[in-house]
Amino acid sequence: MDAGMSASPLIEARGLSKRFATPARLSDIFGVKRPDVFAVNKVNLSIEAGESVGLLGESGCGKTTTGRLLLKLIDPSEGDVLFDGAPISDLAGDALIAFRQRAQLVFQNPFDALNPRFTIERALAEPLVNTGVDSATHRDRVEKALAQVKLPPLARFEGLFPHQLSGGQLQRIVLARALVLEPAFIVADEPVSMLDVSVRAGVLNVMREVRSSLGLAALYISHDLALVRYVCSRTLVMYLGRIVEEGPTAELLKAPLHPYTRALIQAVPVPRVDQQRAPLPIMGNVSDARGRPKGCGFRERCPLALARCAEEEPQLRPIGAERRVACHIV
Amino acid sequence: MEPVLNVRNLVVEYRTPRGVVRAVDGVSFTVPKGKIVGLVGESGCGKTTVARSITGVLHPSARIAAGEMIFKGRDLIKSPTEHWLDMRWREISFVPQSAMNSLDPVYRIGTQIEEVLVERGGKSRVEARKRAADLFDMVGLNPGRLDEYPHQFSGGMRQRVAIALALALNPSLVIADEPVTALDVIVQRQILDVIRELQRKLSLSMILVTHDISVVAYLTDKVVVMYAGRIVEHGPTVDVLERPRHPYMMGLNNAFPDLEGETHDLVPIDGSPPDLASPPPGCRFQPRCPFALERCGTEDISTLTDGDGAAVACHRSGEADDLRVRAREAATWMPV
Repeated sequence: MDAGMSASPLIEARGLSKRFATPARLSDIFGVKRPDVFAVNKVNLSIEAGESVGLLGESGCGKTTTGRLLLKLIDPSEGDVLFDGAPISDLAGDALIAFRQRAQLVFQNPFDALNPRFTIERALAEPLVNTGVDSATHRDRVEKALAQVKLPPLARFEGLFPHQLSGGQLQRIVLARALVLEPAFIVADEPVSMLDVSVRAGVLNVMREVRSSLGLAALYISHDLALVRYVCSRTLVMYLGRIVEEGPTAELLKAPLHPYTRALIQAVPVPRVDQQRAPLPIMGNVSDARGRPKGCGFRERCPLALARCAEEEPQLRPIGAERRVACHIV
Repeated sequence: MEPVLNVRNLVVEYRTPRGVVRAVDGVSFTVPKGKIVGLVGESGCGKTTVARSITGVLHPSARIAAGEMIFKGRDLIKSPTEHWLDMRWREISFVPQSAMNSLDPVYRIGTQIEEVLVERGGKSRVEARKRAADLFDMVGLNPGRLDEYPHQFSGGMRQRVAIALALALNPSLVIADEPVTALDVIVQRQILDVIRELQRKLSLSMILVTHDISVVAYLTDKVVVMYAGRIVEHGPTVDVLERPRHPYMMGLNNAFPDLEGETHDLVPIDGSPPDLASPPPGCRFQPRCPFALERCGTEDISTLTDGDGAAVACHRSGEADDLRVRAREAATWMPV
């Protein structure tokens, strides 16, 4: 359906939307109707086997919700997710367990993601226990996952608990725990944002290598443009629940098309002293995601907005072979 | 010119169940008048403890074990508590990391600013009202919104309020602890621009605590790099970032992804910072340093003299130019 997409992606979202009801208030008894929050709004995306895609956006843009929808951790309000061509919405029982083995989440905060009372060995074997994998193979599979994330063999973690490990080691353990099920697809939500710079590079390198050696499809959710540039071949930019731009990472960062992407790139300080930074081409704050948005969600902050932008919601349309943008002006 | 603040051999210790931990161990630096000094390092390096020592708001389990902090000719550490309390906010003010939590949710924002001006600044109600409006204007907020409550403001706007509050009484020194860390990139940039503009206009003297080298590059004139409770390098920001003389800074330069230039492979610094309850002998970076010699593991190198120039705490600082060339090779940092 779209330019640059092959016929059978591993995972595909079609018209995916998620609305959250705003919490009940006293004014409800007077029959005041409160609009829902449109966290994710008619998102189409696809990821091929072995491909690494970045999902870039600011807090509250819906990027984490999108990741959770793709893994069926929550159910969509509208639309569907196809995994290997089959919809995941009505998976249940054994079929759902089989899906969970193939699609895994890597958590953001390694200090919270592991049960403090489980030894490292138990934490790594737990997914195998939960999915009913033959216990005779557990140790081998755990060893394999540890080797994949470049950690020493299990014997070195004998009897150790999470608090005895460093942040960088913990984040590798969290990644190994996702890999132990030999998934085909992982969602990594801000995978290194809790780590210090000097250890971050090690985890990023492991993620890059694991993906290419195992042929994993991966969605990296991040607000960090430099990280996305380092790990992802293709990037999606999200704003107020919608994808506003999509393209090969290098091109998208070098020549952004959407005014929002341009502002994002312009905003990031670089680690050089002589930096010449133009004033920010953006105004105000993110609009409210409550209520049905009319027109372009970015128009109030956009320096280029036209009258048309308030009337008509721009749809993602192809620009060249591999890029797409949702903007009337481009 | 006399620096605004002169910190000498500061030692801060925490009492913990595992014994006394020396979080800051002999830190010396100065804050020149009208300059922004970046205090940079990874989590646990002691940068926030240094900032809190200067503002006098250390955790109850911490104590300043030694050192001097000369501010306007007086040592803050030896001064009676009343003097220190009197200085607070009037002379030394503070911009917290999370302005979300530092404003009282049940009072109007204007009221909170006016309270500082009346109670601490001795202004009348009418003067305070006018000054609050000026402050709002200064940080790019609409004075028409002074009567709103904190929840009506976005994160970036609240951070602007925190900056306005810190500037309310024209302090001689502003300490900002990770002022943009909790914010999104675009808002982050807006706040950095506010700080930069105000610093130029009011020639503020400031300590900016951060873990982000890019923020240091964007705002600061001088940078102090901490590692495991000690200063490893300090000097003019340009020198430290472009021609680092400490292997730790050289290593960091390869370790984070960049938005511009070629995408080169990132090279991590193997290992992690030491446990401060039992720090290694000698140089604290030595266990992770690819250039370490035998003496690095035995001979202490803790004290840095602070002239106006740059200084580095490394036994091999004489060879810095050669080491910097070798540090660019990924192979140098591979664990053996």
